[in-house]
Amino acid sequence: MNHGQSSSQAVTLPLSQHIKADGSVTSLAEYQANYGYQGLAKALSMSPSEVVDWVKNANLRGRGGAGFSAGLKWSFVPPLEKLPGQRYVICNADEMEPGTFKDRWLMEHDPHQLIEGLAIAAYAVQADTAFIFLRADYDLCAERLQNAIDEALAAGLLGEQLNEAGFSLTMLMHTSAGRYICGEETALINSLEGKRANPRFKPPFPQVSGLFGRPTVVNNAETLCNLPHILYHGIDWFADLGLGDDNGTKIYGVSGRVNNPGCWELPIGTTVADIIALAGGMQEGVQLRGFLPGGGSTDFLTRDHLGLAMDYGTIQAAGSRMGTGTMILLDDQTCVVGMVLNLIQFFAQESCGWCTPCRNGLPFIRQILTDLEAGLGEHADLEQLLQLCGYIGIGNTFCALAPGAAEPLQSALKYFRDDFVAHIEQGCCPHGNSPQVDMDLEKEARPI
Amino acid sequence: MTPIIATDAAAHCADWRLQIEPLNVQEETAIAAEITHYPQPQAATIEALKIVQQQQGWVSDGKIKAIAQRLQMSPDEVDSVATFYNKIYRQPVGSTVISLCDSVSCWIMGYQGLAQALTQELNIALGETTADGAVTILPTPCLGACDHAPVAMVGDQRAHKLTPASLIELARLAQEQEQSL
Ligand SMILES: Cc1cc2nc3c(=O)[nH]c(=O)nc-3n(C[C@H](O)[C@H](O)[C@H](O)COP(=O)(O)O)c2cc1C
Ligand code: SF4
Repeated sequence: MNHGQSSSQAVTLPLSQHIKADGSVTSLAEYQANYGYQGLAKALSMSPSEVVDWVKNANLRGRGGAGFSAGLKWSFVPPLEKLPGQRYVICNADEMEPGTFKDRWLMEHDPHQLIEGLAIAAYAVQADTAFIFLRADYDLCAERLQNAIDEALAAGLLGEQLNEAGFSLTMLMHTSAGRYICGEETALINSLEGKRANPRFKPPFPQVSGLFGRPTVVNNAETLCNLPHILYHGIDWFADLGLGDDNGTKIYGVSGRVNNPGCWELPIGTTVADIIALAGGMQEGVQLRGFLPGGGSTDFLTRDHLGLAMDYGTIQAAGSRMGTGTMILLDDQTCVVGMVLNLIQFFAQESCGWCTPCRNGLPFIRQILTDLEAGLGEHADLEQLLQLCGYIGIGNTFCALAPGAAEPLQSALKYFRDDFVAHIEQGCCPHGNSPQVDMDLEKEARPI
Repeated sequence: MTPIIATDAAAHCADWRLQIEPLNVQEETAIAAEITHYPQPQAATIEALKIVQQQQGWVSDGKIKAIAQRLQMSPDEVDSVATFYNKIYRQPVGSTVISLCDSVSCWIMGYQGLAQALTQELNIALGETTADGAVTILPTPCLGACDHAPVAMVGDQRAHKLTPASLIELARLAQEQEQSL
């Protein structure tokens, strides 16, 4: 295989190249004017296993949060000769992680890019049916994606007999009815089967037994959007885009009290400070105190970490996770106890209720934080919170929702402990927040 | 001893047939189309619930039973799915649902002030519907538009960078629309 093959013009920010400032959608003609669907054509001229190897060698890491190699994941799907019959690929566009809006940005502006990427993934694992699992409330994405699927079908880019070997692909959209847990890939599969979205036990992994018991690959929307470019421009080009150990670009986002919140495609490994600078810096009169690097279920980092490269390894070494790459900033006017309470409230509400540490632990934590925020906390609460973070941590729960919920809390206790203590000693929130203390919940959640 | 359980079950069964609210033609056609996407009709449960909700505004017990019959499931099974998901309404809601994002970025950018202003203006609590049936306010998890925080969905339109005044204006428009119907 010719890995270095390149179509010369130096595209450095491939995923966002069609995104227009006015927010309008890229049409099929506009998309095709710029090598659109040529990555798919190239894939269709290769054998499926060559495509898997190509993407494996490109070391495209999953952009849904965990950073698992896409090509490696695909290679776990048994070959057709060994396991004939139906298989599926699913685009995970559930995107309900608090503070995350990158997939929406990609899908709203350039739906064909996702469709092409999903088709490439389907071909690689020989799936004749692909689903886009789209979160509820993304009404504009739903409309634009469905139009784009129809356009691609009419143009013969999807459908029957896409190459000489007779590969055919049906692409379907499922819009969710809303629950954060649907983003967990096995819960997503249950949801697509029309069930309650409780996660499934692994193994078997979905690549072997997933949707309707058939081999299934689930990839994040941004992961899939990378594929057309990797196929078209080659592996060396992709490797050169990244600044550090990781390859390619990343859609980074910033929200919170900055002048210009938004998201941008940048070389993967851009520093935190450079990303925040793109967001126009902090609003007048507020100071940055810390940030959640990649959504609500990542550990806080602080001003000391501004110089770090936003890539998987660097952020992990600093004690957090790059997650979705969309940061949420904590400023000095915002109460960190209130912010963590807000996050825990989200996770408690969105827990699927399957396992006890998560179902009961999160409401318990919520009540302690509610008391603390209202100035009714005690010093012993802080130790208890840390202990609870351990109880809901990795290995104790059925899926990663609860361990994720522990991350902002445990790191807030590490970096901003003084804020918690101030609530206890002053008997109120120094920022003047006063959440409703639910006395019934308190009785329920606190065994005497 | 009286066989309480058996009697209840029998009553339940009788109810089941009495209270069924048959699917109308549009619902039936749309659900039939969704079923073709899956190897089992049950997989279309969520689509079926959404189709009915789009027609009726919410999903009543009678429609749960009709969906169950169509998809060869028990009504309880369908209800267990309906009650799992945030966006399936098992009670009537107003003509316009204002889904106010209460997650972290919107919280930082002023969710609490918005919720207070809107509930005061409409004189209802979160989760309630105005007496004229125009507006329901529902707090909702992250809407994925944190770059425009604070945000809400007003019906199927996303409203950006809200202030108490702009949000109240949107609610007022929804109420006026209701009156002109
Ligand atoms: C509670 C929970 C929610 C998740 N939500 C999402 C999501 O909205 N989108 C997503 O792509 N991955 C989500 N994930 C990760 C998926 O389980 C899965 O790892 C991912 O879709 C794989 O895609 P990738 O390898 O391309 O990153 C979630 C995981 C958990 C535990
Ligand atoms: S950790 Fe929470 S969300 Fe995950 S299975 Fe357990 S109860 Fe469900």
